[in-house]
Amino acid sequence: MGTKTRVVHYLNQFFGQVGGEDKARTEPFGKVGPVGPGALFQQLLGEEAEIVGTVVCGDDYFSEHPELAAETVLALIQGFEPDLVLAGPAFNAGRYGVACGTVCGLVADALNIPAVTGMFRENPGVDLYRRSITIVETAATALGMREAAERMARIGLKLAGSIPLGPPAEEGVLPRGIRRNYFAAETGAVRAVSMLLRKLKGEPFTTEYPLPAFDRVAPLPPIEDMTAATVALITSGGIVPKGNPDHIESSSASRYGRYDIGSLDALSPRSHETAHGGYDPTYVNADPHRVLPLDVMRDLEREGIIGKLYPYYYATVGNGTAVASAKGFAQEIAKDLIRDGVQAVIISST
Amino acid sequence: MAKEIERAGIPAVHVCTIVPISKTVGANRIVPAIAIPHPLGDPTRTPDKEKALRRKLVEKALEALQTGIDGQTVFGD
Repeated sequence: MGTKTRVVHYLNQFFGQVGGEDKARTEPFGKVGPVGPGALFQQLLGEEAEIVGTVVCGDDYFSEHPELAAETVLALIQGFEPDLVLAGPAFNAGRYGVACGTVCGLVADALNIPAVTGMFRENPGVDLYRRSITIVETAATALGMREAAERMARIGLKLAGSIPLGPPAEEGVLPRGIRRNYFAAETGAVRAVSMLLRKLKGEPFTTEYPLPAFDRVAPLPPIEDMTAATVALITSGGIVPKGNPDHIESSSASRYGRYDIGSLDALSPRSHETAHGGYDPTYVNADPHRVLPLDVMRDLEREGIIGKLYPYYYATVGNGTAVASAKGFAQEIAKDLIRDGVQAVIISST
Repeated sequence: MAKEIERAGIPAVHVCTIVPISKTVGANRIVPAIAIPHPLGDPTRTPDKEKALRRKLVEKALEALQTGIDGQTVFGD
């Protein structure tokens, strides 16, 4: 080729050095050359490639205007005439992961050039996009930046040079479910039996055909009579009594709280606040009903539209919180609710 | 959480801003909300209009809980 591979880097407002959650509504813009972690990427890409431009978009802006944001970001990327697009890495940031996945998918479809992003395996962007795009597996937080950048740069250069990738586990990418034929040294029968023997001895083995894990719950039948039902509120938006008495963490929550609202008709900035560290708290701290609709629930209860509001609500912080933790919280909460005869639950998330 | 509450036997509706994430984690009844920092409100409206908007969303959530569904369903406008 002789010429350098032209790379465009997609970043959110934080890594794009615009600001934190208060800048999450930043509209997409482009900048010539590398920005923030782009300097590290440039160093790793070396002489073969040059980050010619960076496109930055706020995470909230991307989530709230998915089509418009995608269109604008794509046009900005296209303006730099790239041969390769790198997005993120997003680590375990949900909105950022979904944005990176969307951008990579679009780039591959519309511009027909390779794109690589990086995410922690529990990032919601992984389930949405891992079949259609190349996602490097990263740590949960930016502490893993260097390793993630090394992988993304290496994979990106391979894809840009049309060098086929090896098996996902070797490359450090999340499996896309692509199957390639190859000649194995032993027949399937031999491989299967030796795998079975390892399993019987309790030794580790790797399946050649992982079964998809569909964890779905069939929808329950509808509530017949809402006017007689006790309804409970749960939120992952971190609404807690002022001072956060249970010390729920602002991210990667390890616990939830159960809070008495039996004698409350409304929440106020004096009584409640958010413990969530993953969105701009200005609006909800000014009026906590913007996440936990106690005022409206009381009205509906008074008007007889619902039977009764359960006198406690439950809150956790859904910011980088492990799926396994959230599952555990809900299982414990459900025990309370069943014991107390709750028939319906409204969960609000930011 | 919506999925686990349902697994335990109580119908749950998820009012949330990023619908694709809710779908991925397996909520069955989903009501799209206003915006990430204020899913059930809109600071640009007057307090009365904002509360009316919130009520509409909660009513939509109650409607979802009273609707029979076969699989994941988004209850939009």
